[in-house]
Amino acid sequence: MTAIPSAERALRRGGILMTVGLVLVAGVYVRALAFTPEEATQGLAQKIFYIHAPSAWVAFLACGIVGVCSLLYLFLKEPRLDLLAAASAEVGTVFLTTVLVTGPIWGKTIWGAWWTWDARLTLTLFLWFVCLGYLVLRGAVDEPGRRARYSAVLGILGALLVPFIHVSVLLFRTLHPQPVVLQTSRPQLPNSMLVTLLLSFAVFTLFFVGLLVRRYAWARLAEARAEREADDADASR
Amino acid sequence: MPSGLAEAWAIAAKDLLLEFRSRTAFLSALVFTALVLAIFNFARDPTAVSAADLAPSVLWITFSFAGVLGLNRAFSLEKENRAIDGLLLSPASRTALYWGKTLANLVFVGAVEAIALPLFALFFNVPLLDVLGPLLLVIALATVGFVAVGTLMSSMAVNTRFGEMLLLVLVLPFLVTPVSAAAEMTAKLFAHRPFAEWAAWLKLLAAYDITFAVLCTLVFEFTLEE
Repeated sequence: MTAIPSAERALRRGGILMTVGLVLVAGVYVRALAFTPEEATQGLAQKIFYIHAPSAWVAFLACGIVGVCSLLYLFLKEPRLDLLAAASAEVGTVFLTTVLVTGPIWGKTIWGAWWTWDARLTLTLFLWFVCLGYLVLRGAVDEPGRRARYSAVLGILGALLVPFIHVSVLLFRTLHPQPVVLQTSRPQLPNSMLVTLLLSFAVFTLFFVGLLVRRYAWARLAEARAEREADDADASR
Repeated sequence: MPSGLAEAWAIAAKDLLLEFRSRTAFLSALVFTALVLAIFNFARDPTAVSAADLAPSVLWITFSFAGVLGLNRAFSLEKENRAIDGLLLSPASRTALYWGKTLANLVFVGAVEAIALPLFALFFNVPLLDVLGPLLLVIALATVGFVAVGTLMSSMAVNTRFGEMLLLVLVLPFLVTPVSAAAEMTAKLFAHRPFAEWAAWLKLLAAYDITFAVLCTLVFEFTLEE
């Protein structure tokens, strides 16, 4: 019973963070569309970059959280780690979907094809498949302890699969634009674009944290309610 | 750890004996493989795509699907009458149980492959004999990779709803590396390309096998009831 007030507080705080994050995402987009110069060769198509790249960052961050929580869960057996991994996987899947939807829209304009089997596209696609598998697996197991152990095992295996898929697809040839910000020499991006991009990374991260906290708190409340109902059922028997 | 290996072998021998007596799973996997190979022949336009170009992918799609279908057997076998409890109560360690199950799956998939490979050579008119040695190495490495992961997954999938379908959903992403590496190397072998062109794939596949064999051994106990 003690868990409920803290979870309810987290639910409210997550809601506030999420709303603020969403408003700021809109704000950054106003800046991206109206106050950031158009890219010389790509034109307006490049604007999708300010959704695509931060979504990808957030999605990979979410998958990293799933991997770390899964590993810790197997050692500590702390149910909250499992709930956090589950929340992160669900929110991460949404952002991965955003990446996979915005990517082809840009690709059609610039590459002339909706989809290519380029290294990073393929990696993202398979990460998305692993995330879906993770969510389906959680749905297919009822008993919470077993569900937590199974999903932790899959979380760890999935995290380790990522570098292997990355190398596999790199051995095929790649079409994807090479990194333009994180380079050994200075970023090749005009300052105004760089600021917009960094702002979009920041607000997407904030939005993600809001969603994650809210989803996690919601899972705690749902679990507490299930426990209470089970206790009531026992008491009435 | 010779006693662990002996335990693993005892478990594998038990599974293989059961399979040898009924042969249901083996025969259906074999017929399935032959059917897939035959159907592939009708799924291409022989004037546009030559059999030799398609052969490596046909081989690897057939092997991986036949392999995954066979993986279900390992733990669904133990589900009946909760036979898994007997294994868990026996002095055999959890690691020995995983290795035993993996070994039995390897023999099972290997036997299907041993019969499917000549059939494949026959249907697709591929001269196998001059590349047989390296090809067997590629097949062995790729099979070890996906059987190691698949055995672990099947231990979880068997305790879920829609276990057989779920096993496919869980295992297929893990097939990307072994199957793409094996298909690439098979293509290079059939084209008689020099070793240097496929050495990187071989290293990747070996690294995959080692990583996942070790990892799956370590996490296997978490897929069992405590």
